Order: sequence, then structure tokens, then C-alpha cells
Amino acid sequence: MSDLALSFHVALELIIGLDADLVEIVLLSLRITLTALLIAVIVGLPLGAVIGVFRFPGRAAVTVLFNALMGLPPVVVGLLVYLLLSRAGPLGDYGILYTPTAMVVAQSILVIPIITALTRQTIADLHVEYQEQLQSLGAGPLRMVPTLLWDGRFSLLTAVLAGFGRASAEVGAVIIVGGNINHATRVMTTTIALETSKGNLALALGLGLVLIGIVVAINGLVLLTRFVAARVEG
Amino acid sequence: MAGMNIELADTRPAAPEDILPLMVEGLAFEAGGKQILNRLDFRLEGESQSFIIGPNGAGKSVLLRLCHGLLQPTAGKVVWATTAEAKPSKQQAMVFQRPVLLRRSVRANVEYALIVRGFRGPERRRRVTLALEETGLADLAEQPARVLSSGEQQRLALARVWALHPRVLFLDEPTAHLDPSSTRMVEEIITRIFQSGTKIIMTSHDMGQVQRLADEILFLHGGRLIEQTSVDRFFSQPKTREGKLFVEGNLLW
Repeated sequence: MSDLALSFHVALELIIGLDADLVEIVLLSLRITLTALLIAVIVGLPLGAVIGVFRFPGRAAVTVLFNALMGLPPVVVGLLVYLLLSRAGPLGDYGILYTPTAMVVAQSILVIPIITALTRQTIADLHVEYQEQLQSLGAGPLRMVPTLLWDGRFSLLTAVLAGFGRASAEVGAVIIVGGNINHATRVMTTTIALETSKGNLALALGLGLVLIGIVVAINGLVLLTRFVAARVEG
Repeated sequence: MAGMNIELADTRPAAPEDILPLMVEGLAFEAGGKQILNRLDFRLEGESQSFIIGPNGAGKSVLLRLCHGLLQPTAGKVVWATTAEAKPSKQQAMVFQRPVLLRRSVRANVEYALIVRGFRGPERRRRVTLALEETGLADLAEQPARVLSSGEQQRLALARVWALHPRVLFLDEPTAHLDPSSTRMVEEIITRIFQSGTKIIMTSHDMGQVQRLADEILFLHGGRLIEQTSVDRFFSQPKTREGKLFVEGNLLW
């Protein structure tokens, strides 16, 4: 058996046998990513909706800013969060550098612009369609925000899943602020990077397969959402 | 049905001063350098169905939106008989050519309108049930609104405003996209809303419909109010040359 085939075989064994290290890493990854996603949803959905509904000076600039922030390089975010959280940094006293909390912070910063920008787009489109009708019924802009968020729920779920995809596949930021410490801050992506460089291809491949599985599952969910939306919305 | 109407009329919140008649004074609207409406003056009484008619581009829809407060005039004003305390904006509603229904159930669409206007509890539920029954949508209450046929969608838009028991209802060509039987149902509902005490201000291109429903005509052409007259008079002996040409279908520009 070739090296690659052997690694692949061992990788599958690790997954099927629910290898303790692998499961620990997958669960930590999910915990961090889902926490960051939750924070990003709490911030990004209302923020995006407000930008989409309200007319205020500088609205175009804010829109451009969030669209640009969607493309933030993860390593740069990692560096900035590192500077903030390091001993000498402004938030150094909390001592959260090299903890999962620091990784949640970094991922939140990466995902918030994605959810905000995609929400703004969805809500602004809906606003064009609904504005006159809602105004006629007596709904002011503040009332429109929750209305449009609910009516855009299927499109917004796609935005949330896009955010999840970005966070779960990201490596640059979490490796800098997490430090890739065994049994503490090792997540799927950082482990794959490390184990590959050490030549431990089996664990790297196993995690890679799990990661791909998650990404495929997310895309399946997006498709299912559209299908359900088409049934429900006509 | 007649019993229902009386019941609806009875539940109107302790009637404040009437917001009608409506006075429109020197109303003008300009958009993109184009004069859409040019110094309109008229008065609408409280107990009639007023139809705004005229060729495409006459400014009918804009006039409805100005009266309803969706657009702000560039000159002139829309004056309701009572002001601040009676909250004229809360006593009006509008049905659009293409209704925008929320991506929710039929029932939730009616509920939403009532929630926004501050209705709660049993009163809200009662109004929802009644409005759905009156428009023949009770059996579709739990259906997603967006999968309804266009006729049903327009009936839902009517149920939504009927539940509010507005003093004034604006309708912008509500049957323009409907087949004859849906048009018939919509007309019947409008008539019942009118009979329950709501002033109707409506635009239409369907002259049969205008003659079936209207009490008075406001004939608009090129952004001006050409004549305001009773429906019988307008169709038998219009006062103006434009009115005559329009009735004959010969008003080309």
C-alpha cells in the first residue's frame, strides 16, 4: 500500500473509530465556530438590517466598508487581535491570549462583516419591495427592521451559513491567537497545518475529511433552505 | 352579510371627530424635473365613492399617494378635517395594484396590520376572523400568503385593510391584473367595506367598474384636474372637451 493510501486508510479508521484526539479537536472547532457565529448573528443581523432600512448620511460609505471587510485577510485579523490581547496590549490584563476565547474573538471579527453585508443586501432589496406597503400600514423604519428580518429569514439563513463556512475553514487568525496548543486550542484547520508539516498525514487527512463533510453538509442545508423557501413563499 | 356589516360598524373605536371632508389645496408634485401634478384643488366628502380616472400618466397614482401621505407634495397641501388628536394617518389604509403580502400565513398578514396599529388580544383575534370570513379566505387562513392566486392575494390585501376599519380607503387600480370573476369578488368586497362606513377613493381604468361603483368622478389629464362631477353626469354629458373625448375613448394625449 502506498503512503497516501495507507494514510487515507488510517484516517478513515480514526473517523469511524471516533478517535479521542480527533473528536476532541472537532468538538472544540465546532464550539469555537458556533460561538463566534452566534455572536456574529446577534451583531450582524440587526446591524445589517438597520443599514438596509434607515437612510442616514454616510450610508453608502458604511456599505462599502462592510463589503470590503468581508474580504479581511484572516492573518491580519489574527495579528490585530494578538496585539490587542497580548500582555502589552490594551486588553492584555484579561489574559485570554492562547485560549479558545481569543479564537472566538478573532472569528467573530471575521464573520460579523460577512453577515452584516449579506443581511444589508437582503434587507435593502426587501425594503424596496415592502417600503410603501409597510408605511401605508403605519410601520415606521424601526418597526420595519424586525418585519424584514423575519420575512427575509430564508435568504438570511444562507448568509448565516456562509458565515459559518468562512469561520470553520479559516486557519490564519486562530493559529496566531490560539497558538495551536495541544488539548487546549487545537482546532481542525490548525491541526491539519501542523500535522501535515510533521508528516502525520493520517490525522490531517481525517480532519480534512470531517471538514469537507461539514462544508458539504452546509451547502446541502443552503439548497434545502431554498427548496423549502420556494415551497413556502411561492 | 348585512348583519356582519353592522357588527363591524359597531366595533369602531369611540368615533373621534371625522377626518372628512378632505380638502386638497394647490397640490403639486414634481419628480425628476417633470411636473406630475399641477395645482389641484378639490374637496372630497365623507359618504361617497370617489373615483379618480384619466389616461395613463395623468398622475392618478401619485395623487392617491399624496393624499395618503406616502409622498410629500412639492407645493400645496392635503388637509383633513381634524388633525393631530384624531391621527388621520391611523384612519386611512391603501390597497395597491400589486399587493405586497408578507412572507407569512394569510392569517399572519391580517394580524400584522392590526399589531402595527396597536390592536391586541381578543379584539385582534375577532377582527382577524371576521375580516377573513368577509373576504372568503377563512379556509385559507393557514396557507402561506405568497402561494395564493392573484385574486386571492388581492382579497387578502382587502381583508388586511378591512380589519382596520379605516375611515378612508385608497385603492390604486386594485383589479388591473385580475380575471373577471376575481374582479367581481373584489368589487363586492369594496362595496361592503363602503357600506360599513368607509370612504372609498379609488383609481381605475375599467369604465364598466367605474360606472358600477363610483358616485363621483375626478377626471385627471396631464397632471390637472379637468373636472369633478357625479358619475352619471360625467358619462352622459361631460363638461369638458377632454372629458368627452375620454369617455368616447378618443383622448389620445
